[in-house]
Amino acid sequence: MAVVRIPTQLRNLVDNQSELTVAGDTVGEVLKALDAAHPGFGERLFDESGKLRRFVNVFVDDEDLRFLQGLDTPLTERSVVSIVPAVAGG
Amino acid sequence: MSVGTALRCRECGREYAIAPIYTCEWCFGPLETTYDYDAIRASISREAIANGPASIWRYGPLLPVDEPKGNALNAGWTPLILAERLAAELGLGELWIKDDTRNPTNSFKDRVVAVALGKALDFGFKTAACASTGNLANAVAAAAARTGLDSFVFVPSDLEAGKILTTAVYGGNVVAIDGNYDDVNRLCAELAAEYPWAFVNVNVRPFYAEGSKTLAYETAEQLGWETPDHVVVPIASGSLLTKIHKGFGELHKVGLLDEEPVVRVSGAQAAGCSPVATAFIDGVDDVHPVRPSTIAKSLAIGNPADGYYALDVIRGTGGGCGSVTDDEIVEGIRLLARTEGVFGETAAGVTIATLKKLAEAGVVRRDERVVAYITGHGLKTLDAIEPHVSVTTTIPPSLDAFRAAFPGVTEEV
Repeated sequence: MAVVRIPTQLRNLVDNQSELTVAGDTVGEVLKALDAAHPGFGERLFDESGKLRRFVNVFVDDEDLRFLQGLDTPLTERSVVSIVPAVAGG
Repeated sequence: MSVGTALRCRECGREYAIAPIYTCEWCFGPLETTYDYDAIRASISREAIANGPASIWRYGPLLPVDEPKGNALNAGWTPLILAERLAAELGLGELWIKDDTRNPTNSFKDRVVAVALGKALDFGFKTAACASTGNLANAVAAAAARTGLDSFVFVPSDLEAGKILTTAVYGGNVVAIDGNYDDVNRLCAELAAEYPWAFVNVNVRPFYAEGSKTLAYETAEQLGWETPDHVVVPIASGSLLTKIHKGFGELHKVGLLDEEPVVRVSGAQAAGCSPVATAFIDGVDDVHPVRPSTIAKSLAIGNPADGYYALDVIRGTGGGCGSVTDDEIVEGIRLLARTEGVFGETAAGVTIATLKKLAEAGVVRRDERVVAYITGHGLKTLDAIEPHVSVTTTIPPSLDAFRAAFPGVTEEV
């Protein structure tokens, strides 16, 4: 279970909500559950091979998924999952 | 006239009308400006460029915005120096230094900011902003002051004192963030969605980044409309390296170079922040983010926005990519200073030290015409060399004291 923050680009797929509470024990499960409930969500995040698109950044409690255990990162009831568009900068 | 025509996603190719946006709505990939190269080809010539201003605007048709009408800082057209003494030291043949310390705020960032603020004025913004590791902060604060825009620059709180002062002096807002550059960058992405500001390297980034192409244009023009065989470029976000490569290719596309240039592009990183060099050396496609720890703070981006593209360019051109320790960075700064009289900042130390490594490894070769990009001035990072260089000796004001201190020095008038 986690609260998922939805970026503006994807809100039209989730009835314009900015946050959703989604069931799942890992980040991967939560994102899959989101896709099941909201068709079209998954293809925006994952490429054809099922990997996260390389300019989709996912944070769990403000930590980049790539510093954690990727899609296998476990979640608690209080976890906040943020989907963030490509970083810019530099 | 500038003919930047649209924005296109570098990942999935979807196109968007020109606007202050930077990510693809569909796949979140970065947007890049497109051009009508046939139209540019018809309007550009070596002669027109030679008669143009001594700034980046001599290449106006290849930039996504026209030269702004009002006051602006004069960015670009910096010296290309033949570095014979450094070449001899490194065992290289023809080596050039592109000395971009000689910009209005002493780094290449004046180029990108000139383009970004030109576009910001087009869009009607009244405030310029940025996430910065220091050099960009200088450039945005100064250009905003000169142009008459308000400014907000956001920097990591552990930035060199010199870079804070050389930003704050221009009178804009300087906001230090408790966190590293990647934290600053994320905050700025959120701020850009909330405030009606031109964040030069966030919502105006597709235009801003194009300014770096002028380093390639100038290099070719200064070599008599020829290109180097090999360039060595420092990597922070990876944008500079990518755009220098793009710039050389465009010169052929618009007919300024007859032959399609073949330029090997090598990248330089600090060992304490080397996500691109690590991916290159490990032979993988994933650029894994890192937590930076290096004296080269201007290059301390752990999650480089253009890391993938920089890696593609390096591999595609047969270049190399290396990383160097803090000690090697200081040595690099001193080597460039003592052989060529050019005082670069820590990023320059990274570039020279990496060039040395790549030359020793035979990646950069003696039979190549090489250009190393020196992107910022050493006065900005005095902290880095302060423990390492000092007066040779301190003596009383007497001839005897001098003779005692330097007994071997020949006395002949």
